[in-house]
Order: sequence, then C-alpha cells, then structure tokens
Amino acid sequence: MAGATVDTILARHGYEEHALIAVLQEIQRERNWLPPEDLATVARMLRVPASRVYGIASFYKAFSLVPRGRHVVQVCTGTACHVRGAPQILDRLGRDLEIQPGHTTNDMRFTLEKVRCLGCCSIAPVVRVGEHIHGRLTQVRAGSMLKKYP
Amino acid sequence: MRIVDHTQLEELAREGTRSLCPDHTRITVGTASCGSATGGREALAAVREEVATAGLAVDLRETGCIGYCQVEPVLEVLRPGEPRVLFHHADAHRARLIVRALAEGRMPTELALCWIPRNGERPEWALPRYDEVPFYSKQLKIVLRNSGVIDPDSLPEYAARGGYHALWRALTEMTPEEVADEVEKAGLRGRGGAGVPTGRKWRLCRDAPGDEKFVVCNADEGDPGAYMDRAVLEGDPHSVLEGMAIGAYSMGSSQGYIYVRDEYPLAIQKLERAIADARTAGLLGRSVFGSAFSFDVHLARGGGAFVCGEETSLLQSIEGKMGEPNQRPPFPAQRGLWGKPTNVNNVETWANVPEIVSRGSAWYAGIGTPSSKGTKVFSLVGKVQNTGLVEVPMGITLREIVFDIGGGILGGKKFKAVQTGGPSGGCIPDRFLDLPVDYEELNRTGSIMGSGGMIVMDEGTCMVDVARYFLDFLREESCGKCVPCREGIERMLEILERICNGEGREEDLPLLEELATTTKDFSLCGLGGTAPNPVLTTLQYFRDEYDAHIREHRCPAAVCKALVHYSIDYALCDDCGACIKLCPSGAIVGEAKRPTEFIDEKCIKCGACLEVCKPAAIRVQ
Ligand SMILES: Cc1cc2nc3c(=O)[nH]c(=O)nc-3n(C[C@H](O)[C@H](O)[C@H](O)COP(=O)(O)O)c2cc1C
Ligand code: SF4
Ligand code: FES
Repeated sequence: MAGATVDTILARHGYEEHALIAVLQEIQRERNWLPPEDLATVARMLRVPASRVYGIASFYKAFSLVPRGRHVVQVCTGTACHVRGAPQILDRLGRDLEIQPGHTTNDMRFTLEKVRCLGCCSIAPVVRVGEHIHGRLTQVRAGSMLKKYP
Repeated sequence: MRIVDHTQLEELAREGTRSLCPDHTRITVGTASCGSATGGREALAAVREEVATAGLAVDLRETGCIGYCQVEPVLEVLRPGEPRVLFHHADAHRARLIVRALAEGRMPTELALCWIPRNGERPEWALPRYDEVPFYSKQLKIVLRNSGVIDPDSLPEYAARGGYHALWRALTEMTPEEVADEVEKAGLRGRGGAGVPTGRKWRLCRDAPGDEKFVVCNADEGDPGAYMDRAVLEGDPHSVLEGMAIGAYSMGSSQGYIYVRDEYPLAIQKLERAIADARTAGLLGRSVFGSAFSFDVHLARGGGAFVCGEETSLLQSIEGKMGEPNQRPPFPAQRGLWGKPTNVNNVETWANVPEIVSRGSAWYAGIGTPSSKGTKVFSLVGKVQNTGLVEVPMGITLREIVFDIGGGILGGKKFKAVQTGGPSGGCIPDRFLDLPVDYEELNRTGSIMGSGGMIVMDEGTCMVDVARYFLDFLREESCGKCVPCREGIERMLEILERICNGEGREEDLPLLEELATTTKDFSLCGLGGTAPNPVLTTLQYFRDEYDAHIREHRCPAAVCKALVHYSIDYALCDDCGACIKLCPSGAIVGEAKRPTEFIDEKCIKCGACLEVCKPAAIRVQ
C-alpha cells in the first residue's frame, strides 16, 4: 500500500531526479510526515543515494522526519507577529499543550511549530492550524481556538 | 479557444468587461489569505445565502486583497450606472445587512468605507471618495492595479483591464532588443532586494551565448513581515505570467519557472489555474498568439528555507538539490539553471513589466526619484493603526507612509523606529522620518529597501530584543556553508541573549561591532553579508537601550523577561477579577474578585493579566 502511493507520486513526476523535492512534498502531504520506508523507496526508484534523500529532507524545514499530530499548529514568529505578541502566544499554546515547539502531544492531536511569516502580517499575531489561518489573536483567543480541533 | 489575433484578444477583453460591469449587481468579496483569515469566506457564504433568499440577480465573485487589511473583510458592490462601493469590516453579519438593504433597493452607505469612481459618476452619498480615505490618499497603484478588483481566476477580467495587450504589443510591434531597451529606459530596478537595474540584467542574459535560456520568478518572499508578492500572486497571477512572457521574448527564452514558497498554498492554486487558462488561450505554450515565439511556465515549490530566496540557492533548489548559495560570478545570467543563462526577477519586478510596455518607459520614468523610478509596494505592519499593503511613488517620505497613510502609532503610543529590509535591513529612527524613500536614501541610514516590509515599532518594542530576534532567525536560516556566517551569527546571538538576560558586560558592545564587521566582510552570500545590519543599526541609533540593559539591568521597553517585574496598581484596579482567573501560575491572589496580593516569585511574566486588564492597572517595569 505504502509503496503503491509513493510509486504513483513518483510516476506523476516521471521518475525524474530533479523532482525529488516535489516528490517528498507530496508524500508529506499524503502522510503528514516522511516515513523512512517511503524515503527508501524514493531513493531506490530515483536511483539516488539515500544520503541525498535524507540530506534534502533535513535541509528543508517543511519536511518532518517524525510523525506529526492530526493538527499542526504553526505559530508565526515573523517580525510583524513578533512585535505584536507572538512570543506570548507561543508560550501560551506551549503551556496549554504541555509541549515545546517542534513537539507533538502524546495523544497525537497537536504538533506545535514555529514558522517565519505566513504572509498575513497585517493581521498579526497569526497562527495557522492545518489549513486555517487565525489572525488578530490574543492569548485568550489562542487558547479557545484549539477547542475547534478535535 | 486559442487567441491568434487582436480581434480575438479584444473579444476576450469585452467578455471581461461584461463580467466586471454586468447589467445587474456585482458583489465581490476579498478572499485572499488575509481576507479569508478575517472572515471573508463566511461573508461570501452569507452573501450567497441572502441573495438566494431575496431572489436577487447578483453576480457574486471572489477577489484578491485590496490592500487595506486593517478593515478586512472587505466587500464591494457595483450596481449599473453607479460607482463601486467598498464596505469595510464586512463580516457575515454585516454582509447580510448589506444584501438586505440592496434587496430593498437601497445602497447601505452607512456600512461603507468609500466609493470608487468608474465613469465620472458623482453620487450624492455622504461617503468619502476612495482617494479621500487617508489610507488610500497617497497611493498610486501599478503593481496592485488589479488586486482586489478582478477575479484572479478570470482571464477575461484580466484582459479587460488591459491584460496581455502588452505581450501582444511586444510580439507584434517590438523587437526583443526594443523591449529590453524600454525596460532599461523606464529605470525599473529589481524589487527583490538589491535594486539591480532590470534592463541591464536582461541584457546580460540576452547577450549570453546559448540557445536555451531560462527566466525565473522569485516568489520565495522570505523576509518576515513582507507579503506583497503573496498579494500579487493571489490577486493578479496573470500579471506575473505576462511579465515573464515579455521578458522571455526579450531574452530569447522559452521556459520559465516560478519558485513559490511552501507557506503560500493559495498563491500556488491561483497560479496553477492562471497557467492552465493561459495555455488554453494560447498565451502560454507553443506559438504564443500564433507567433513564432513559444514560452511555457512551470511551478516549483519551496521547502521553507529562507536562504533559497537567494538566487543561486533558489536555482539549486529548482534542480532538486539542497539550496546552498554558489559563489558569483558566474552570475545566473552566465551559468544559471542547469548551467544555462538564466534571469531571476522578483514577483513585483515582473508585475511592473506589462505596464511599462503598455504605457511606455517615459510614463514610468516620470514617476519616482532620479535614482529610483516607479512605485514600491510596502507592507505596513507592526504597531501602526492602519495595517495593509500600500503602493506609493518612490520618493514619498517615511512620515507620509507611517502617519498619513498608516494613521500613526497604535493606541496613541510613541513612534520608535521602522524596520525595513527584513533580516538584511535595519531599524530607522524618528530622525529620518522625513527621508524620501528610495534605494539610495534607505542605504544611507544603514538599512535597505529590501523587498518592502515596513514593520513599525513603538516605545513598547525593545531594540535589543529586535536585534536578538533577527540573529535568532538568521542562525536558524544560515546554510552553514561558510564559517564567518555560521560562527559570527552564533557568537553575536550569544552576546545579545546575555544582554537581554541582564548579564551583558561593557566590553560586549565593541566585541559585537567587531564580529559584525567580520561577518559582513567574509561571508559568501548576502545572508551572511547583511546579517549584522539589524545589530549595527540598533547599536548606532539605540545605544542607550543597550546601555540600560547592561549598566542598569533595565529594559526600557519592558520586553526582556529577565529584566521586568509585574505588579498591580490598586488605585486603577476596578475589581473585575479577570486577572485572578486568568493568571496561569496563581501569582495574583484575591478575595472574591478583588486582587489583594501579587506574588512576584510565582509570576511567569506571560502577560495574560496585562492583556485582559481593561483599566490598565497592571504595571510592567
Ligand atoms: C538571503 C537572501 C534571501 C533573499 N530572498 C529573496 C526573496 O525572498 N525574494 C526575492 O525576490 N529576492 C530575494 N533575494 C534576492 C535575490 O537573490 C535576487 O537578487 C532577486 O530575486 C533578483 O530579482 P530582482 O532583480 O527582480 O530584485 C534574497 C537574497 C538573499 C541574499
Ligand atoms: S553567507 Fe551564510 S547563508 Fe550565505 S552561503 Fe555562507 S553560510 Fe550560507
Ligand atoms: S510576520 Fe507573521 S504573518 Fe508575516
């Protein structure tokens, strides 16, 4: 099953080596992270060393080499958000979820991450949960925001 | 249908005009990322529902960001024979009220922000005209000409606003050489950071030997606090495609790439649609407009690495490699993508090109200052009243941007600085507020134009913390290829963290300056080369804040946690009890709703009480 999906993705990109990043992005979209067996499949099928695949997967911050929670909570720590209270929002969410940024709750519900600018600087501070962008947050609103994500 | 002659292009434009100005009411809702995040999607659904209930004949459309994000969600109504009317704070509730009024045959001007002239109508509404609204008063829209006006998914609407006419003109009336000339004479300079004259860059690539060449659009928009590229891609994607096609014709390229950062899913979606539509219409792909010129565009997605905004690193990334910068020369114009001559321009640079070709270099060169022509889009954000995207002619002063357009500082606080140029830029203090904004003038302050982020800072922003913030950013983003960058940033950050913790020493400041100079002089790419700028400018203009941290162990802006203490001013307290309930660490003790004691040792300085206290009785010192 796993191999089949990866194969479909690779096929879509014509098994081209230069599509490596795009392939990894699609796998991550599918699975929410990059499982080792998928990375091995990619390396084998594209005929590139596994070290190169891992090099790419760790160089780019969009990739995760560990499983992530159902909802990825990304707190923007860009400059506009920073001066309008992002550090307090990040701390608050960390306290509520009892995790540090970069970690996932034990029940796999949430992963907390920092991102550098989501392009919604005008409505800072901003947090993205999955596909949803929440702006003009306060600590209180950030706390209640999480309740919407089961 | 493939468009192969001018009549067909005109027909496409007429179709667009019919949809922009239909013979019944048109309602558009701003659903760019910022609009959606503030309730634009809900407003759209509400309008759809109310329109159905009332049985109104309405053309409902989505549009991009119209710039004034502070008042989003924004909705626009156009009735035949009337000017456009722009509504602010149009959440689902207000959207319903608007449609209900329209159903009664009334324009609910009491909910509107302004009207936008169309054909010289003079309405009798007691409502300001668009250019009487302070936020829009000094703006001149070239790059943002269509954003928030057209439906970005509609090729006909783009054509109705003159779209693809510049490409037609270039292909049928101009030689590739003449196109490059025109861009050069216009004085257009790159909007991605360094301000390199675009025409000169094109010529380098044009003249480079080789049959195969590439044009690339840098849509990595890495500077935190800048989002004009997102707005253009989400609101007017065809303008970038048309600009690239014109550039490709001029440089003799048939393949283009747009490198979009991973954080912009909606921009990618809009681009995919625009590329598909342009291909179907024969405006991209083989034999554009039926001519001998072929050009196609591909999308590449970034992976969330800031350094990939640097052009050599970006090209590595498109090739599927790690995005590490290469030594220049050779420049991409000589050896770029897959070793072929390549020209990289920023989104905003490309979006200017069609207007220059349509309206001529003389018109464009007539706007701006002697060294910097045209307009620049700034993202006016931070501690300013009116946040949003502003497009102004080069040469306008910082004061006009921050105070006239931006409405000054939030909450009546005092202006401290404006940060431009992202992590490569600096913090500009109030003594430069009357500086005319262009590339050279900003360089003179020690900052740079950069991509146009303008983050306003007030007395509640700590400049030492800002310097620390940028170094923290750059430490995570340095690719680590060269030692001065990697080590220099790390060491400078250590020192700044120490100062923010109140453990700074007198000799730290000269040491910082020394490290800054070394990092600047010996790094390979612009990331390391400009990394010290935030440190150097804050040291130059806000030395007193560094001194307060080091000598008095005091953070004047009350930001650095290690140096501040919270307390309650009981005289101001109105016994609402909110802080007692919200304090996560039990530092505020009370009887019923009246706080009676503040336990300093328990306080984790999270600021929850500060946020919730209406009479501002919480002191942070
Ligand atoms: C570290 C670093 C990051 C950069 N990030 C961006 C970026 O996000 N967007 C951009 O257009 N240019 C960025 N640049 C500038 C590009 O290298 C390049 O100069 C620019 O894309 C050229 O386009 P222009 O001539 O139209 O400005 C960056 C440069 C450096 C050194
Ligand atoms: S200056 Fe920094 S980011 Fe640029 S190549 Fe060197 S280590 Fe990498
Ligand atoms: S700085 Fe947070 S969205 Fe841009």
